[in-house]
Amino acid sequence: MTAPVLEVTGLVKSYGAIRAVDDVSFAVMPGEIFGVIGPNGSGKTTMFNSVLGQIKPSAGRIELDGRDITHLSPLQLSRRGVGRTFQSLQVFGRMTVRDNLIVAAQEHRGTMLGRMFAATDNGLGPKADALIDQFHLREVAHRRAGELSYGQQKLVDIAMAFMSDPDLVLLDEPCAGVNPVLVDDIARLLRDLNRVRRRSFVIIEHNVDFVQKLCHRIMVMVEGRAMAIGTPAEIRANKHVLDAYLGN
Amino acid sequence: MTRQPRWLIGMVGMAALLVLPPFLRSYGLYLLSYWLVFVIATMGLNLTVGYAGQASLGHAAFLGIGAYSVAIVMKAGCSFWLGLPLSAVLCFVVGLGLGFPALRVQSIYLAFATLGFSVAALLVMRYEEWLTGGTSGINDVGRPSLFGLDLGGNLAYYYFVLAVAVVVAALLRGVLRSPWGKAFTALRDNPIRAESLGIDVRAYTLLSFAIGASCAGIAGALLASLVQFVDPTPFGLGVSFTMYLMVVVGGSGTFFGPALGAVVGVLLPEWLRFAQGWYLTAFGVAVIVLMLWLPGGLLSLPDRLKARAIAASRPRT
Repeated sequence: MTAPVLEVTGLVKSYGAIRAVDDVSFAVMPGEIFGVIGPNGSGKTTMFNSVLGQIKPSAGRIELDGRDITHLSPLQLSRRGVGRTFQSLQVFGRMTVRDNLIVAAQEHRGTMLGRMFAATDNGLGPKADALIDQFHLREVAHRRAGELSYGQQKLVDIAMAFMSDPDLVLLDEPCAGVNPVLVDDIARLLRDLNRVRRRSFVIIEHNVDFVQKLCHRIMVMVEGRAMAIGTPAEIRANKHVLDAYLGN
Repeated sequence: MTRQPRWLIGMVGMAALLVLPPFLRSYGLYLLSYWLVFVIATMGLNLTVGYAGQASLGHAAFLGIGAYSVAIVMKAGCSFWLGLPLSAVLCFVVGLGLGFPALRVQSIYLAFATLGFSVAALLVMRYEEWLTGGTSGINDVGRPSLFGLDLGGNLAYYYFVLAVAVVVAALLRGVLRSPWGKAFTALRDNPIRAESLGIDVRAYTLLSFAIGASCAGIAGALLASLVQFVDPTPFGLGVSFTMYLMVVVGGSGTFFGPALGAVVGVLLPEWLRFAQGWYLTAFGVAVIVLMLWLPGGLLSLPDRLKARAIAASRPRT
């Protein structure tokens, strides 16, 4: 039996008496696209940030490829092959699109001292160009990222998460504020990256249609708890989920 | 402004700095050398503040540490050539130490932490007489010679300072064009995102302080031999503020910004001396007007003019 890439067991994050994440457990298998849905305030992003070392969990255990990563920092997780995007746009606005992609992976190559003497692109130019083409950003590759439209910046943001070839990528609302055409583009890109590179994704998203079409399994979070985990069909048929979140 | 005209202006400026000084009097040479010293120091501060996005109001302390290092070493009978690298290394190490508060606090809180360091350094310079000579300072700091070439004359020393400024600028340019430069910029723009991409925010923060301090140390060493006398006065809090002003006025985070900013901070007050007792007031007013008109610094002027030209060429609806 294949071991999970990411395994979260009994994750809790408390703020005083409030349990923002309450005993959440799930596992993500290699090559799987795992969706997380739930109403606003259900603890999805808090769970994400706990897994990614951005905030310290109150209890629970997180394993990456069987190794405990519960208390690792975002820096250490990045170096172990975990990529992420944030809920809000997080591009480097004063850098060009190409430089945004290069800086997203440069620290994964060579030593720190070696990088001081390395070429500007640290040998990542061709890889950045390939991703620029894949994400249809060629026309804006040399423009400052901060000057682009919201949708284009969103694409840059997502592309950055893939520059260092991470084994696991966690995407926080990749479709938020994006027009429907671009949502389809993002879905296609993620499906391609998943199929070609066999990367695993965890995706938080409010766009239920997007999640149901793209994800192999879905977890529904309500009031900090994992209400249900299953395939899109199972989730659609789950009465509790329908009552609490999806509606009729 | 596109890259080529900017470099062209830089080359013309460099040619002027090479050709014109022999026609200047000794005070003019002194002022140009003094300006170059501050160009070196503010290039370092620009890396810390402009590129890496940290706040530092303690940079004059590093200028002082560099100056006192050379003066003390030379007073002990050792060569300037030992004092110069020592100044750079000592400031690098102290700069690393000053970077630690930046790992915990940012913006105005960090500025005050560095201000505290500046005050502490100034008190050491003023009251540790056994080491620094106190308020009397250290006299007769010599100027070096290089391969038998005496750099004691004002013109020779000016060219030496210019050569050091060019070398420091080239080294900084190399650092900023390397992946380190992008990491500094990422740290400034978005440290949380930078860390999630594997950028060691802690290491780059410390390095930005250390490299910036090192430049000020070199500048201080050159200043000691330029003035040939070291006392605490030129390393007070006002100088730290003025150096910050130079970075902002020139164009924070732009490579040539510090050179222009140092023109405003060092040379403009001299040019305004015709106003006699009012010259510092005139300087203050000039800076206020400049900041209101060009908040992005002098180097943002071409972009501003270009944006205005584009806006003017658009048909009105």
